[in-house]
Amino acid sequence: MRRTTKFAALLTVGILALTACGSDSDGGSDAAGDGGSAAPKSDVKVGMAYDVGGRGDQSFNDSAAAGMDKATKEFGMTSEESEAEDGEAENAREERLRTFAENGFDPVIAVGFAYAAALTKVAAEYPDVHFAIIDDASLADVKNVASLVFAEEQGSFLVGAAAALKTKTDHIGYIGGVETPLLQKFEAGYVAGAQAVNADIKVDTTYLSQPPDFSGFGDPAKGKTTAQGMYDAGADIVYAAAGGSGAGVFEAAAESKTKAIGVDSDQYKTADASVKDVILTSMLKNVDVAVYQYLKSVDGGTFPAGVTTYDLKVDGVGYSTSGGFVDDITSKLDDYKQQIIDGKITVPTEPAK
Amino acid sequence: MTNARVLKLVLGVASALLALVAAFAITSLVLIIAGDPVGEVWKTILRFPEPRNRANIINNATVLYLSGLAVAVGFRMNLFNIGVDGQYRIAAFTAAVVAGEGWLPGYLNTALAVLAAILVGAAWAGIAGILRATRGVSEVISTIMLNFIATSIVAYLLREVAVREKGSNNIGTKIIPEGSRIPSFSIGDGPGTEVYGFVFIAILAGFLFWFVLNRTRFGFDLRATGQSQTAAVASGISVKRMTVIAMLISGGIAGLVGLPILFGDAYSYGSTFQSGLGFAGIAIALLGRNNPIGIALGALLFAFLDEQSNPLQILVGVAPEIVAITQGVIVLTVVISYELVRRYGVRLEQREVARALARPTDKTEEVPA
Repeated sequence: MRRTTKFAALLTVGILALTACGSDSDGGSDAAGDGGSAAPKSDVKVGMAYDVGGRGDQSFNDSAAAGMDKATKEFGMTSEESEAEDGEAENAREERLRTFAENGFDPVIAVGFAYAAALTKVAAEYPDVHFAIIDDASLADVKNVASLVFAEEQGSFLVGAAAALKTKTDHIGYIGGVETPLLQKFEAGYVAGAQAVNADIKVDTTYLSQPPDFSGFGDPAKGKTTAQGMYDAGADIVYAAAGGSGAGVFEAAAESKTKAIGVDSDQYKTADASVKDVILTSMLKNVDVAVYQYLKSVDGGTFPAGVTTYDLKVDGVGYSTSGGFVDDITSKLDDYKQQIIDGKITVPTEPAK
Repeated sequence: MTNARVLKLVLGVASALLALVAAFAITSLVLIIAGDPVGEVWKTILRFPEPRNRANIINNATVLYLSGLAVAVGFRMNLFNIGVDGQYRIAAFTAAVVAGEGWLPGYLNTALAVLAAILVGAAWAGIAGILRATRGVSEVISTIMLNFIATSIVAYLLREVAVREKGSNNIGTKIIPEGSRIPSFSIGDGPGTEVYGFVFIAILAGFLFWFVLNRTRFGFDLRATGQSQTAAVASGISVKRMTVIAMLISGGIAGLVGLPILFGDAYSYGSTFQSGLGFAGIAIALLGRNNPIGIALGALLFAFLDEQSNPLQILVGVAPEIVAITQGVIVLTVVISYELVRRYGVRLEQREVARALARPTDKTEEVPA
């Protein structure tokens, strides 16, 4: 008993001391960078609701963050952010959007299609607040929602063509993170691009997890073993459309001295030095561009609404050339790009059955 | 007798106080190390929740409560049902398909779907029960494996029956017709203050849990088997039969877990349906000591902490990882302080017993403390 009382007493003293310290470090939580008088000022408060993984995922969310950082710095906006937890309740997503709306954030940007149902409710509850959602176009008719979507199949077509031009075994692979309609767009474009170059090419396709299990976007170990299987079976280039799991695919490629293709951002620039040379190219999905342009328009005084599709025409998607591995085929790839822009090639959005 | 009861109450209060104090101290320390504004954080956490936050807390607690109950039934019999996660997902999916098809009108449709969910959940858990009873396969292993199988089956079937909204990247089952949804009720003004009608079903489930376990012969058999199998066998209880039945009940309750969300909010089972509820249920059952009231408090605590995540990130600017650490610390201190106080109580009891035993034979030498 005596020990317990002593313990409790100690804790109480500790807390008193701590709370005393606490009040000192108060204040100055954000808006810390308001020192420079030259920086432009804006009343716009941006609320950013990330999907699972949040800022720092080196993929989709990070790209959105980069776009927001650039815009807030350039236009002097303030921002706050909050990220989704794996396996959170639907009402947690709603609550995230409501907390932003209630506290004067306008616009509020929702990153990822998982917010669609929550935003349907919240956008109706706060008709004066403006929202944007990435990767979803089901709210096209809602007046205060801007839908920012991408033609991932077009970018994937180009990297598929690049893989087919570069393969020595006429055998390539595709690893998707989670088998959702969104990722199937990547697959469909990639396969179509490869077959445009070589109709007889062998393309292995697989996914790391099935919804509602979204672990496939953050499981490098599984990405590695899956890719190893493909390389062992004879594929010499694998497209890793799997978010954070891609790191494992790159490792497998480095060990088997083969190549891989990155996704979302130019992964040659962010990958670990030991594996970056396996990255043939990356399919660029410029979420940062979309977010930046949306905020630029907000800064100009207009809140966009309706669906904006970021495709090859506006450089919303594309392929990267860092590392110089595709320099010898860029003319061919750009030719395909032009044909897609001109409508001569229509890229499928669903895999053939 | 009354003395012991008073002591129990005092110890209970003491454990709660100890947990609070410890959690407060450790969390403050973490926040200071992370350089976050401690005062602001506590002000945000301790602020009385807005009506819509209260609604969220009740709703999420309802779901967690059912999950905790499902796990607790197994625990009472020393069965570790890790498979609640797979059981609730496969059951919720079944209910969504049945309700979405709408073979029956109105609430008959709802009742059919709920029944289907209970049966599917029970059957899925029953596989592990039968394997344990007939082949001695550890239910821990089999339920984990069944979780994987459930995930794959649901993913496969979802693709087969899915309907896709135009422009959406989500897939889901058919939307449940309006007449078959379970109505919510509002507990305040403004948006988001709707509480699932299913909360009453959850309370009823909690009452039945208590009644069956503590007031029926079956419940006695179950608890007896959990405490000592040999004693149970000696008094004529078939352990195998009890194992299968306990798993069936556990799975049946697990079948209910996803239904508040399904009938009160989502109206379909899609790729964004909440996952991981079965594992939260394990923590909550442990926190609540497998007692229906305790589980309710545990579920409310979990839901309350979850609800703090957004305001802490948005209004105070605390990193999401720190929020998660805070939640973990609070849960851990509750468990540890409860255990500390329980052990202290046991020691007190032992001393009492020793003294009582020593009294009639006063002449013997002193009892060592």
